[in-house]
Amino acid sequence: MRSLVLPEFTIFRSDECDGCRACEHQCPFGAHTYDASNDKMVSDSRRCAGCQRCAVFCPKGAIEIRPSPSFYRPNASWSRERIEDIKRQAESGGVLLTGCGSDKPFRIYWDHMLLNASQVTNPSIDPLREPMELRTFLGSKPERLLLGDDTDTGRDPFLMLETPILFSAMSYGAISYNAFQALAIAASRSGTFFNTGEGGMPAEMRSRFKKQTIVQVASGRFGIDAEYLNCAAAVEIKIGQGAKPGIGGHLPGEKVSQHVAATRMIPEGTDAISPAPHHDIYSIEDLEMLISAIKEVTNYEKPVIVKVAAVHNISAIASGIVRAGADILAIDGVRGGTGAAPKVIRDNVGIPIELAISSVDRRLRDEGIRERCSIIAGGGIRCSADVVKAIALGADAVYIGTAALIAMGCTLCQRCYTGRCSWGICTQDPELVRRLNLDDASQRLVNLLSAWSHEIKEMLGGMGINAIESLRGNRDQLRGVGLHEWELDVLGIKGAGE
Amino acid sequence: MEELQLEISCSRTYSESAIEIDASHMDTRELNSLLREIMLSGYERAVLRNVCGQRYIGTRLYSPERRVVTIEIYGTPGNDLGAFLFGHRVLVHGNAQDGVGNTMESGEIVIEGRAGDVTGMSMRGGRIFVQGDVGYRAALHMKEHDQKRPVIVVGGTSQDFLGEYMAGGMVILLGLYGAHTARFIGSGMHGGAIYLRGSIREDQVDGHVLISRPDDADRELLGHQISGFLERFPDLSLERDDILECDWTKLSPRSSRPYGKLYA
Repeated sequence: MRSLVLPEFTIFRSDECDGCRACEHQCPFGAHTYDASNDKMVSDSRRCAGCQRCAVFCPKGAIEIRPSPSFYRPNASWSRERIEDIKRQAESGGVLLTGCGSDKPFRIYWDHMLLNASQVTNPSIDPLREPMELRTFLGSKPERLLLGDDTDTGRDPFLMLETPILFSAMSYGAISYNAFQALAIAASRSGTFFNTGEGGMPAEMRSRFKKQTIVQVASGRFGIDAEYLNCAAAVEIKIGQGAKPGIGGHLPGEKVSQHVAATRMIPEGTDAISPAPHHDIYSIEDLEMLISAIKEVTNYEKPVIVKVAAVHNISAIASGIVRAGADILAIDGVRGGTGAAPKVIRDNVGIPIELAISSVDRRLRDEGIRERCSIIAGGGIRCSADVVKAIALGADAVYIGTAALIAMGCTLCQRCYTGRCSWGICTQDPELVRRLNLDDASQRLVNLLSAWSHEIKEMLGGMGINAIESLRGNRDQLRGVGLHEWELDVLGIKGAGE
Repeated sequence: MEELQLEISCSRTYSESAIEIDASHMDTRELNSLLREIMLSGYERAVLRNVCGQRYIGTRLYSPERRVVTIEIYGTPGNDLGAFLFGHRVLVHGNAQDGVGNTMESGEIVIEGRAGDVTGMSMRGGRIFVQGDVGYRAALHMKEHDQKRPVIVVGGTSQDFLGEYMAGGMVILLGLYGAHTARFIGSGMHGGAIYLRGSIREDQVDGHVLISRPDDADRELLGHQISGFLERFPDLSLERDDILECDWTKLSPRSSRPYGKLYA
């Protein structure tokens, strides 16, 4: 059926083009071709994903990709996106897939909160000259300090991070082997952790990275056995994900290559289907059972993380998760990324992470169980200021996924689900995977974490705080601007000037 | 052999390699700690008496060097018996509860009675033999890779949603005690095979599933597994060929990609 959808982008090619065909080589969507009869390059805007790969790699800088200026008659109710989604569904009869986090203009609360700084009444601290502590411990903390001659402290297992930022779950299968390895290398060089997602852990990576790995147990239970669970620093039970709360996932058979199949422990080329729920978890009591089973199989040596999407009753859910025995609670907000999700779910389900952190932290404090569990917040962390604000709202650390992918080259073109990522990140095509240089990608990630850590220290120093511990739940360092009363209440912060 | 460091007032050593435990006053964690000590001390067999609801028996027995023990259970073990099982053998003289063999990797679980819901969930290797029936959602998302092919053999039948999301392996229901009444069998099934002795109505089975009669290769596999079943339950005094000669139904997925056409 002929597609009636207008092209999303327009490709401009200047006279500088000398027909070197680099763009043709770089585009995995086939937007550029060489017209031999006229000896010139031609472009098909309809195929363009807007990933900017050709523009970056054109040696002459001759290509420019811009959003297409074409339009349907302006209509407040029927935006171009609504019209084109309908056309696409009328043409295919299918669920619309998309990649990356929601691009919808839900209020970004980070941008409505401002940080404090010391002026006169207490001195700010210069992190370049004075010690500044970003080291973070995640796990269940003792209720009180017990001093005695008993050498066995009975301390629960924990994770130690040199900076309060972890790489969030991105599975091998969804992302490429090179991207997966780059995250592992960067985590070990930066003193933090990466997360396998639910695609298992390639056997050859286990001994090298076991101390930096969080292994995930999701509803598909792919690649999971006792050895996988024991080759890790922590185990994460994934209940939900911010981009698609409440639904499962299907890794299409095309992405299940021989190595992906071996890592997931399923036959090559079959769909890897993750059911919507864990079928052994229909209640908090059942969750307690899986947490305990994982603690049993790892001999109580590893903290257990439970990851949920931020949804309406998140604070009550969080309370149940803590009481079920989770050592760390990970919450993923509505803007969390994904390799593939139904668009309608991504853009309509969940709540912003900022509100979730605050309400969960307050609820756990009110119930006197906050110390039993650390909180990792994810889904929409874009810069070091977001990290600081998340911790001031009550998180212990943050997960970054999208930011890490952007550091490696991603331009958020949202075509992850096609498996044709031009940057070699979200693809299993060996030709495309090769584009992601391991040393280069891991160095970019290390640089990002190092840059953010410096900035966090500057912001802490400005507030007169010399340890990230002292910022946690310290809402007094935040003031809201342009927020309604109810939003200030949920965030637990005062308005600016108050 | 090392002496056990724990004070096990309620245990006695049978021989060099076997030990008996009275589990009557032990909680889950205590019992599993003890089993781990027993494995690490080099015992090959543990007999647990008076088991009553203790969970995850066999789960804490992961060792990188793949030590293997046999655990014989008298009483009723709790949920998640043999969860993540790593090569061990578990024998229950009685019934088992939910989650038997949850995500087990290898080994064998034998239940001389009935097993509860989600038996063999996400199992990816080894074998489970149940003399009686199994509950809801047995063999849920069971999967296989390469040479690893899990097998569940059930003497009776199952409840609804047998083999949901099944991605590999083999489930055999012998139907020794009555007809198969389960519904929604094989919902989302995209790998492996289910064999039922006796017939089944089409409306009991999900649309993704192909109903056929086992061929000779299937029958050979079946015969092998049925022999294994009968060896483990000699009290049934049944003959393999009597079981094998009856009518059989085979359920297999129509596609390894059931949701391939769902998306635009």
